[in-house]
Amino acid sequence: MQNIELQGARPQVRTTPQRMAGRRRYWRETMLAYLFLAPAAILLFVFSIRPLFYAFYMSLNTWSLRRGPVDFIGLANYQRLFQDDKFWSSLLVTFYYALFTIPVTLGIGLLVAYLLFQGVRGLSVYRTLYFLPFITSLVAASTVWATLFNPQSGFINKTLNALGLPAQKWLQEPNGVFQLAANNFGVRLPEWAAGPSLALVTIMIFVIWQRLGYDVVIYLAGLSNIPKELYEAARIDGADGWQLFRHITVPLLSPTIFFLIVISTIGALQAFTQIITMNQAAAQTKGGPLDTTMTTTIYLFRVFYGEAGPPNYSYATAIAFVLFLIILGLTLLQRWGSSRWVHYS
Amino acid sequence: MASVAVDARNQAARRQRTLRQITTHTILIIGAIVAMFPFLWMVLTSLKTFQEYATQQFFPASPQWVNYATALTMAPFGRYLANTVFISVTTTALVLFTSCLAAYAFARMTFFGREVIFVIFLTTLMIPFEITMIPNFLTIRDLDWIDRYPALIFPFGASVFAIFLLRQFFAQIPSDYYDAAVLDGASHLRFLAAIVLPLSQPALVSVALFTFLGSWNSLLWPLIVTNSPEMRPIQVGLYTFINEASTNTHLLMAASVIAVAPILVLYFFAQKQFIEGISGSGLKG
Repeated sequence: MQNIELQGARPQVRTTPQRMAGRRRYWRETMLAYLFLAPAAILLFVFSIRPLFYAFYMSLNTWSLRRGPVDFIGLANYQRLFQDDKFWSSLLVTFYYALFTIPVTLGIGLLVAYLLFQGVRGLSVYRTLYFLPFITSLVAASTVWATLFNPQSGFINKTLNALGLPAQKWLQEPNGVFQLAANNFGVRLPEWAAGPSLALVTIMIFVIWQRLGYDVVIYLAGLSNIPKELYEAARIDGADGWQLFRHITVPLLSPTIFFLIVISTIGALQAFTQIITMNQAAAQTKGGPLDTTMTTTIYLFRVFYGEAGPPNYSYATAIAFVLFLIILGLTLLQRWGSSRWVHYS
Repeated sequence: MASVAVDARNQAARRQRTLRQITTHTILIIGAIVAMFPFLWMVLTSLKTFQEYATQQFFPASPQWVNYATALTMAPFGRYLANTVFISVTTTALVLFTSCLAAYAFARMTFFGREVIFVIFLTTLMIPFEITMIPNFLTIRDLDWIDRYPALIFPFGASVFAIFLLRQFFAQIPSDYYDAAVLDGASHLRFLAAIVLPLSQPALVSVALFTFLGSWNSLLWPLIVTNSPEMRPIQVGLYTFINEASTNTHLLMAASVIAVAPILVLYFFAQKQFIEGISGSGLKG
């Protein structure tokens, strides 16, 4: 008997009484394990798994705030999405947001991490300082940045004035940044080329500040996994700094870069807190000036809250589902594309 | 003669190294200033008079601590903080409780359906908050939890991420320990409490820190399920205070300091755990 105990609970081929005892132990352990799993499993079922299916069910019905489902409408909500200009413009805003913030943060983060990794004195001090914005609450940090960018009394405009540069409306500016740049030459760009509004770019600048430390810390962890001998060997072969970076650091760091791209994409497509807070602090509506900072998550929130027509729970869940499918699709696409450039050792 | 040449070469190399060091530090220091400046600005502004802010004086003539008192009378920040501490601590305790048990089961027990259940757990990581938000709001409403603490705690009481992290950690504990404990007549629960948890302190600390941080900083869900000021956590309190403070930016900055100070203090004491926790989070795969 002692023997079976030591071997663990998996039933083994033995004489009948021993096998029965083993099986009894296996099922006893199974019951115990279920007991251990129960608290987490119940919470996950109630607040994650069931809501997933329920949300889909909601999106297929019209919904009354008090009485729940009213009429089954099938995919009508999804058809409506295709003709909803606000939804499409929110997707465009979301993509602008992702396409600007992710590469810039990844690029600057890599530069900073690479500099830090050259055996710079005070590495841990720098790392601590760079990481600080990431742990600070988004609401507080967004509020501070919105006041820095305040068109009347903000630090940024004051500095621009001192440098002889024109002040900007920042979070209150609905015009696209390319159009604003073209204004200097008196050029009128077509609407599609106007670019993200300055209000959105202002939020993006904040986000880069906020996320940079996270990327730096993750990069540093990745860099410390690269074997030192590789650099030494390459240096003996006469490789210069750029070649070391290009042919050793980047390929061996590619799993880290890939991880950051996936995580950042998911985060960017769900951007919410910084946008409503900065707009609130700039005395704008939740979507910013002329809705030019209204990401899909903000739009969803407004449909849910009834700020864009009466509250519509079922339409809001349909938006959530489409957003989820987009995130899922992008993640799969990134995974598929990653086989071309990510090297796992 | 030869040694002079070597010396000269060494000196040139050293000079080049120093130059590179200076460039590197210059870039890094500029970055650090940009990272830190908003904090400095927040604190300085929170200590100015309205006049000093309006005239854009950089330093306050004398620190106006009264701004904090004024902010506290305009909105119940004490209550907001107490709510947040209670919610964050309870959520963290609940996450530790549910994750330790589940992680232990996945790491050290043999049971029917283990792989399948684990995959189901992991799949829930994919479900975004936006989708569950509205059904969860209805659930909370049906439970009559709107504007009550459980609404802010239970939806975040299980974390698959924490379970996954702890499972990795628990699985690394040598099975000899378990065999010895069984010989001494210890049950799974005893083994978990007496051996596994003490050995897993770093992982537990990082799960606790990040759960606490996430709970402290969350806005969207508390915004949806709280109505009355008495139930607001600090982030919702600060968010609504933006309107209440209106153009009184100095008071708004005082409120922001109140909202971030506890986390900054925590970070100051546990920065190593924060950074190591993040470093180890995503790089296994």
